[in-house]
Amino acid sequence: MPDVTIEIDGKAVSVPEGATILAACRAAGIDTPTLCYLENLTPVNVCRVCVVELEGSRTLVPSCSRQAESGMKVKTDSARVRTSRTMVLEFLASSVDVSLADDLQRQMRRYGAQPGRYGPPAPPPKADQRDASVAGHHDPPSGDAAHTVAQPVKRDNELYVRDYTKCILCYKCVEACGSDAQNTFAIAVAGRGFDARISTEHAVPLPDSACVYCGNCIGVCPTGALMFVTEHDRRAQGTWDPSRQNKGETICPYCGVGCNLEVSTQDGEIVKVMSPLESGVTNGHLCIKGRFGWQFVGKRR
Amino acid sequence: MAVGGDQARAQRHRLLPALHGLSDRIGWISPGALNYVCERLRVPPADAYGVASFYALFSTTPRAPQILHVCDDIACRLAGAEELCAQLEQKLGPPHEPLPQQQSACWTRSPCLGMCDRAPAALFIAADPGGSPRGEPLGEVDRPRLEQALLSEDRPPAQPARATVAGTQRTLLRRIGKIDPESIGDYRKAGGFTALRRAIEIGPAGIIHEVDVAKLTGRGGAAFPTARKWEAVAREPARPHYLICNADESEPGTFKDRVIMEEDPFAVIEAMTIAAIAGGCERGYLYVRGEYPLASSRLQKAIDEARAAGMLGDGICGSPLRFDIEMRRGAGAYICGEETALFNSIEGLRGEPRNKPPFPVRKGLFGKPTIVNNVETLANVIEIVAKGGEAFASVGTPGSTGTKLFCLCGHIARPGLYEVPLGTMLAELLALAGGVRGGKRLQAVLLGGAAGSFLTPAEIGVPLSFEGARAIGATLGSGVVMVLDETADLGGILVRIAAFFRDESCGQCVPCRVGTVRQEELLHRLRRGRPLGSATQERDLLAQIGQVMRDASICGLGQTASSAIESALSKFEVFNRA
Amino acid sequence: MVDPRRTATAAWADTWLGLDVGSDIALSNGMAHEILERGLEHREFIEHATIGFAEYRASLDSYTPQVATRMTGVPANVIGEVARAYAQADKALICWTLGITEHHNAVDNVFALINLALLTGKVGRYGCGLNPLRGQNNVQGGGDMGAIPHHLPGFQDITDDALRAKFERAWGASIPAKRGLRLNEMFEAIERGELRALYVIGENPLVSEADRNRASHLLASVEHLVVQDIFLTQTAELADVVLPAAAGWCETEGTVTSSERRVQRVRKLLDPPGEARDDLEIVCDIARRLGTDLGRPSAQQVWDELRTLSPMHAGMSYARLEACSGLQWPCYDEQHPGELFLHARLWEDPVRGPKAPFHAVEQEDPVDTLSDEYPIRLTTGRRLDSFNSGVQSGLYSSPLRRGESFDIAPEDAERYGVAEGERVRVSSRRGSVTVPVHVDPGLRPGLAFMTFHFDDVATNVLTIEANDPKSGTAEFKASAVRLEKLESPMQVS
Repeated sequence: MPDVTIEIDGKAVSVPEGATILAACRAAGIDTPTLCYLENLTPVNVCRVCVVELEGSRTLVPSCSRQAESGMKVKTDSARVRTSRTMVLEFLASSVDVSLADDLQRQMRRYGAQPGRYGPPAPPPKADQRDASVAGHHDPPSGDAAHTVAQPVKRDNELYVRDYTKCILCYKCVEACGSDAQNTFAIAVAGRGFDARISTEHAVPLPDSACVYCGNCIGVCPTGALMFVTEHDRRAQGTWDPSRQNKGETICPYCGVGCNLEVSTQDGEIVKVMSPLESGVTNGHLCIKGRFGWQFVGKRR
Repeated sequence: MAVGGDQARAQRHRLLPALHGLSDRIGWISPGALNYVCERLRVPPADAYGVASFYALFSTTPRAPQILHVCDDIACRLAGAEELCAQLEQKLGPPHEPLPQQQSACWTRSPCLGMCDRAPAALFIAADPGGSPRGEPLGEVDRPRLEQALLSEDRPPAQPARATVAGTQRTLLRRIGKIDPESIGDYRKAGGFTALRRAIEIGPAGIIHEVDVAKLTGRGGAAFPTARKWEAVAREPARPHYLICNADESEPGTFKDRVIMEEDPFAVIEAMTIAAIAGGCERGYLYVRGEYPLASSRLQKAIDEARAAGMLGDGICGSPLRFDIEMRRGAGAYICGEETALFNSIEGLRGEPRNKPPFPVRKGLFGKPTIVNNVETLANVIEIVAKGGEAFASVGTPGSTGTKLFCLCGHIARPGLYEVPLGTMLAELLALAGGVRGGKRLQAVLLGGAAGSFLTPAEIGVPLSFEGARAIGATLGSGVVMVLDETADLGGILVRIAAFFRDESCGQCVPCRVGTVRQEELLHRLRRGRPLGSATQERDLLAQIGQVMRDASICGLGQTASSAIESALSKFEVFNRA
Repeated sequence: MVDPRRTATAAWADTWLGLDVGSDIALSNGMAHEILERGLEHREFIEHATIGFAEYRASLDSYTPQVATRMTGVPANVIGEVARAYAQADKALICWTLGITEHHNAVDNVFALINLALLTGKVGRYGCGLNPLRGQNNVQGGGDMGAIPHHLPGFQDITDDALRAKFERAWGASIPAKRGLRLNEMFEAIERGELRALYVIGENPLVSEADRNRASHLLASVEHLVVQDIFLTQTAELADVVLPAAAGWCETEGTVTSSERRVQRVRKLLDPPGEARDDLEIVCDIARRLGTDLGRPSAQQVWDELRTLSPMHAGMSYARLEACSGLQWPCYDEQHPGELFLHARLWEDPVRGPKAPFHAVEQEDPVDTLSDEYPIRLTTGRRLDSFNSGVQSGLYSSPLRRGESFDIAPEDAERYGVAEGERVRVSSRRGSVTVPVHVDPGLRPGLAFMTFHFDDVATNVLTIEANDPKSGTAEFKASAVRLEKLESPMQVS
């Protein structure tokens, strides 16, 4: 495939035809933040944290989905780019609990983001209020505090929790549940605007939805909004300790697909099972048995 | 053979009409009904719920079957809508809740209903289990009239009032008020379909040539050369080609397309057909705002009659050409006026804009080459084809040819729809409409709508052309000319504009989803005189919020969500007076 | 999508062929008839790469659309459409699972599918082929490694003297020159009193074999039963000696081989609990007690020896398996990238090696025939969240799990006057179980479904040990049963 050459921050970078500006930035070793982008999902380009300045374009462009075209001139660290990236990070951190989103935190430090300048976080609304919000309507704010997406943790099954206070609405879980991996379509984005949220139909609990508990949504969630019950409970009890954890790769003990597993152990017990994205067999996706069916190992003791 | 797979998935585009079908009958989208639709169309229920909950006219929780939407948007606010809503709340209880007096009815606030010339306005919708819902636009309302609309049983449906139409040159509006809009015969007698016949004679290249010579540009706000768009689609090898008439007119203060659709519906059909011939489009969609029941019913009748008369379908107008139009109703989402959001809406997806490129002329509706034009743009085509592009270009200025419709509303003596040649001075237009109502002093003019900008009295000498507006950092937008007199609460208007964008953001991209919230919060702080830090810091922050929305949002909604607000703050002492 | 049940997958398929249980050959032959009728066969490929076409063609004469429809219950136009779509597609593959192989004529079912692929040239090319989807993570690897009666590791024929000599030199032991017994043959040998000791590793035949009453009787009658497993399974409870084992996927080093012939590394991430030990250690210790010192080889040493003996694994060093995230056999040397697909040789000119044979096969109905006494066709299978006899998967809480049930069509629920959750007696010619009813609109009248995941319902009491003579697999997919209401039904939520 022929290469195209573009100019990034004054330097020529060549990438294969069809590659994105993001791929070119990464080829050039430029640290480009991304939140909604993932190698194994279709780009939705909604977070806008990867935007770059493209000569001749009125607005900034999302590097994750814009194809590199010969002769493009791109700036990744102009004042405009920095302002937009900083503000996007601030907007998220001022409205969402990003305490477990390590990469987002790192980028916030890099860009000096100050989410506090929009005011203190507003008190959380009543339970279920976000699920009941009506498109096109909202109560006028006082302005004294910054509105957030805070809401109670949804715990409606024994395998994973949905803590949407931590949801940045990157759409990754919807894609992984849908046509990018599982084709189950148990969840979608519902509502509109700031009240947009990930939801089952009529916000029914997961056991009443089409969910098949593949947990591929957990695998792609960048903020810890979707989490194994085991991890959630250990965190709540203060017994989740990444410094005492080891990770190793192996193969799922169930069917003949041969999914790669990345198993985390702590104190001689399995505490979490994921699948590496770069695994060619299923690109990081699993089924309920592979993701959750490992508990027999510990239960023999 | 079982219906499944690709064949079943292809039913998705029927989702929005199906949801309308439910709402029309029972007034809300119940879980059982939604599941039934999903089963029939093979759409996952979560997806369908995501779509249903996207639109303001649908309710996914139980709601009274009769609902009164009361406009509290900027034009109606200038006419006392806030006070009206406060009275309603006192008498009828909170919005969305069944009325204490009548459990089968409720009321709610609404963004602009496109009846700004008759503000304050309301829209009464009554679901009907038989599938014939009543949609009744109500203009110049007061509390007793709204109570009557809600509470009295057998009252004759209100006769739709006709809009005031005026201007210095009536080209687009020449048939308005002079023909029976439901009579194809009347339309023919008034010269209807002669342009279509000529279009068939001169063929696609001939049509595009005339439109090119006419220098027609899009009237939806972007002012893109129409001929270039059509030619690009005509050249695309992929098939089929689609034509979409964007009649999702939702910019606050705008009602021009509604008047054309209600009063001259056959012109919309004829113009769409000409555009379709030019672009080689086999199929057309007419996407009408959900809040325009009269326009919808008249257009549907016009489509049916035109088809019966051989002007649509196989062999239009006796030629071998084939073109047909399907009407689609929006359901309360300003964002669906954005062309790519409109595609998604028609396809049965959430009305979220797509990233561009690819552009619609290459990959539009269902991934195929698509022409999208708004009603006013298309209406010009009839004149251009009938009289020739050169004649059309002789009107207006060299850079802005033809006439333009302006929606005069707010504190103006004679609100209504005005047609003037492009380049006419704003001051002239204001004078034509009788000037500021009641002889009050002019405070400001909002030009172009909520996504437009505020002008000072010193700026009303601006020529109303695309380049004239651009020269003072403004835009003609959708042709809104909203007059604010010296008594108007500009701060209140700005807060309402901010609330509008917060409500209408689709929520997809972070800059717009959160930026519109932070912008609104900040304006409330300024308005209440409780800034975080200094007022200057707040102004700086507001400017930065505006910048990130403009620079990094996916679509025009986020990109313009701060423009009117920023223009007001830069030109007026808005919050310092409070 | 071919399945007697309208599963979730069927619901999303472009076409679903809801055939009668056990009519697979009629369907394949009916499709082949249509392909030949329309002249859509791949003549060049047949000519070039196959043998036995004339007999095959002749065998299809009777499978007219009308006959195929009568035998399968699938409308003729649907069979025709799918046949044409398959034949005319540039690339098409056939995947199957136990619906094909758990029949008394399992191998014939597979032959019928192979015939279709040969007829249309859909083998030996990328994006084509025939794929049995494996139900366990190492069922492929087990066979590859010689845990199969007639092959030494790497599919090397045990009756071939030269091959056997190679292994004997490496192992320093003599290998009997005859094929061993299949599982069903072992059971028959127990029955005849010829097989007196049984060493079961990682299998739960008491629960998973057809005709459970018979299996139970035979396992109990073995003089000496050794079970090596990670659980004290129902079979282990019958054993004289139980050897607790480490979990192969996370407590031991080694490899497994997936459905796509990919050899993959499993790793020791945890110590096994209590006295549980690595299978390899256990086997070596038993060998020592029996008088042969195999030393204490690591998994890698065992694998490296295998690579010297099995040419198709020769290029798969541990280092390469790790670097390449697994390799697909054959992989003859350390430069070989492994093969994405097999049988490309059939397209070479001239064909390297033997040509591919057609096997004419005839439709045969299931052994357990339906009658007035046993009018319901029971087919068994698995559910998404559970795994075989349930010893592993039963230990996590699945929100999808609702226990064993006798799944029947809404029409049958009405006909028999039974409600969702109502306990009923289900009987076959071999035995009875009581089980709650589940009404599944994806089933047609006369068709029922059960699994064998749950200890409290011994589903395999109902199934028939009607074995395929070539593969030894029992006809788990087709039993004849009847449903009886209980005198005082207990409602189960």
